[in-house]
Amino acid sequence: MDGIGTRPETKAPDWRRVAAIATPLLLLSLLPLYATFGASAYEQRVIIVLGIDIMLVLSLNLFNGFTGVFSLGHVGFMALGAYGSAILSMPVAHKAINLPELPAWLAGVELGFLPSILTAGLLAAVVAVVIGLPVLRLSGHYVAVATLSFLVIVRVVLINATPFTRGSRTFFGTPAYTSVWWVYAWVLITIYIAWRILRSPYGRAMLAQREDRVAALAVGVNVLRTRMLPFVLSAFLTAVAGALWGHYILSFSPNAFYFTETFAIITMLVVGGMGSISGSVVGTVLIVLLTETLRELERGFDLGFVQVPPLYGLSQILMAVAFISVLIFRREGLLGNTEINFMRLFSKRERTADKNE
Amino acid sequence: MSFLEYMLQQTINALSIGSLYALMAIGLAMVFGILRLINFAHGDMMMVASYSALALLLAGLPYWVVVPIVVLITAFAGILMERFAYRPIRGAPDVAMLLTSFAVTIILENSVVMMIGARSRPFPVPEFLRAVYHYGNVTVASVNVVAIIATAILLVLLTLFVTRTDIGISMRAAADDMTAAQLMGIPINRVIAAAFAIGSGLAAVAGLLWTAKVGKVDPYMGFFPVLKAFVAAVIGGFGTIPGAVLGGFVLGSLEISLQGLLPGQWSSYRDALVFGILIVVLLVRPNGILGARAREEI
Repeated sequence: MDGIGTRPETKAPDWRRVAAIATPLLLLSLLPLYATFGASAYEQRVIIVLGIDIMLVLSLNLFNGFTGVFSLGHVGFMALGAYGSAILSMPVAHKAINLPELPAWLAGVELGFLPSILTAGLLAAVVAVVIGLPVLRLSGHYVAVATLSFLVIVRVVLINATPFTRGSRTFFGTPAYTSVWWVYAWVLITIYIAWRILRSPYGRAMLAQREDRVAALAVGVNVLRTRMLPFVLSAFLTAVAGALWGHYILSFSPNAFYFTETFAIITMLVVGGMGSISGSVVGTVLIVLLTETLRELERGFDLGFVQVPPLYGLSQILMAVAFISVLIFRREGLLGNTEINFMRLFSKRERTADKNE
Repeated sequence: MSFLEYMLQQTINALSIGSLYALMAIGLAMVFGILRLINFAHGDMMMVASYSALALLLAGLPYWVVVPIVVLITAFAGILMERFAYRPIRGAPDVAMLLTSFAVTIILENSVVMMIGARSRPFPVPEFLRAVYHYGNVTVASVNVVAIIATAILLVLLTLFVTRTDIGISMRAAADDMTAAQLMGIPINRVIAAAFAIGSGLAAVAGLLWTAKVGKVDPYMGFFPVLKAFVAAVIGGFGTIPGAVLGGFVLGSLEISLQGLLPGQWSSYRDALVFGILIVVLLVRPNGILGARAREEI
C-alpha cells in the first residue's frame, strides 16, 4: 500500500505512457479541429456548448464526486462567472447605455477577455470560501440543501441587483469573445487540474474522507480543509465556464442559471459516474447528443403517413426517466469510480504483437 | 393605524401564510421521518391539485364538490409517485433519493407543460374566497381566515390520526426506527403509502388555498412553496410533525416581520434572507427547534 504522500507510479515515461496520455488529448482536440474546418454552424454550436458542459460537469465532479458531499448550488457560481465577466469586459461606451446605473468604480472598467474571466473566476472563488466555511462542516444531504439555498440566494440577488444585472430582464451587450479553441483549452486545463488533484496526497485524503469519514478523521485528515480546496477550485472553474458561456451566448437572463441547468449538469455527472474524470466526459457527450436529438423530435415531425405534433417538454421528461433508471439500476453511473485506461489499450496491442511473432 | 391594529394585522398575515407552510411542511416531514428522503416533488402535488381543480371547475362542478375530489386525486398521485419512483430506490444513499425527487419534479412539471402548456392560466376563485373585510384599519381577506381555520381543523384530525389509529401509531414507530418497526410486524409499505397519501392530501389543501390567493395556476407553481416548506421543516426540527407545524408558523411570522422591518428597496431581498437563515439554522442547530436527535458529526 502507498503511504500518503508517495506517488504510486514513478516509472520513467516510456512510449506507452506517452501514448496513453496523448490519445485522449488527440481525441478531444478532434472536436475543435472539426468545428474550425468543416462543421456547419449548428455543429459548431453543439461542439462549443459540449465543451462548456464538459467543463461544468468536471468542475462539479471535482467537488461532488471526489468529496462525496453534493453541491446543488454550482450553477450559482456559473451565474457569477457569466454576469461578472460580462460586466468587466463590456466596452465603457456600451456600459453607459446598457447599464446606466452601474456604480462609477465599475462603469470605467474595461478588461480584456482573459483578465475578465479570471477575475470573475476569482470572485466566485472568494464567494466559495465565504459560504464554504459554514456549509462544508455539515454532513450528507444538509450540504445539498445548504448549497441549494445558495442557488436561491444568488437568483434573488440577480433579480434584484438591477444596476448590475438589469434584473429579470435580458442582460445583453456581452462581447463575443468565446471561440471553440478557448473553450477546449479550458477543458484541457480543467481535466489536468482534476487529474493532478486526484493523484496528489490531497486527493487521497479527499477520497479517504469520502469512503470513511471517521477513519479518515482518525488518521488526521482535516475534513473541512480537504473539502474546501476542491470546493473553491470547482467554484472557480465553474465560474470560468459560465463566463465562456456568457461570451458565447451574449444575452441571457437569471432564468438560465436555475433549476433546469442544475438538473442538466447533475444528470450528465450521475450518468457518467461520479468520481471518474473520463466518466464526466463520456456522460456529458452522451447526454448532450441525446438532448440535441430529442430537441429535434420535440418540435414535431412528419412520418409521411402521420404528422407528429410538437411535444415541448418531452425531452426533459425522457431525460428525467433515464436519470431515475440510472439511479435505480446502475447507481454508480457508466464508469463509476474507474477511469478509461488508455494504458491498457496500448499494452494489449503490444501483447498481441508478441504472439504473432 | 394604531400599534394594536398593526400587530393584529401582522398576526393574521403571519398565521395565514404560516398555515400554508405548515400544511406543506407536514408532508415533507412525514416522508423524511420514515425514509430520510427530501421529497422536492412534494411541491408538485400542489400543482397537481390546482390543475385538477381547474379541470373539474371548468367541467361545471361546484367548488364544495371539487375540494374533496381534488384531495383524493392528489393523495392517489402521491401514492403513485411513491410506488414508481421512490420504492425502487428505497435504502439508497440520501443524495440518490434527493436527486430522484428532482427527476420526479421534472417529469411532473414537463408533463403538464407538454399536455397543457407552460403559460399560467387564470383560476376561477369562488366568490366566498375572494371577499375582503375591513374592521377599522385592519383588512382581512376571507381566504386567509379560511386558511387558518382549515389548517387548525386538519391539525386536530392529524393529531388524532397519529395518536389514536393503528396506522398512525405504526407511522410514528416507523419514523422512530424503521427496522425495528418492520420486525414488530408493521406493514411498512402500507405505512409509507399512507404517509405519502396524507402528505399529498394536505398539499392539495395548501395548493387550493394558494391558488385562491394568487388566482392563477402554472406548471412551476410548486417549486418555491416547497423550498419554503423545506426551510420551515428544518427550522422546526426535520422529520417530526410538530416540528414541521411549528417551523411553518415561525417561518410565516419571520417573513411577515422581515417585510415590515426591511426598508423599501431591501424588502425584495426577503427570500434571500430567509435562505440565509436556513444556512445559519443548519449550522447552529441542525436538528431544529424541536429536534433532539444527537448530531451524526464527530
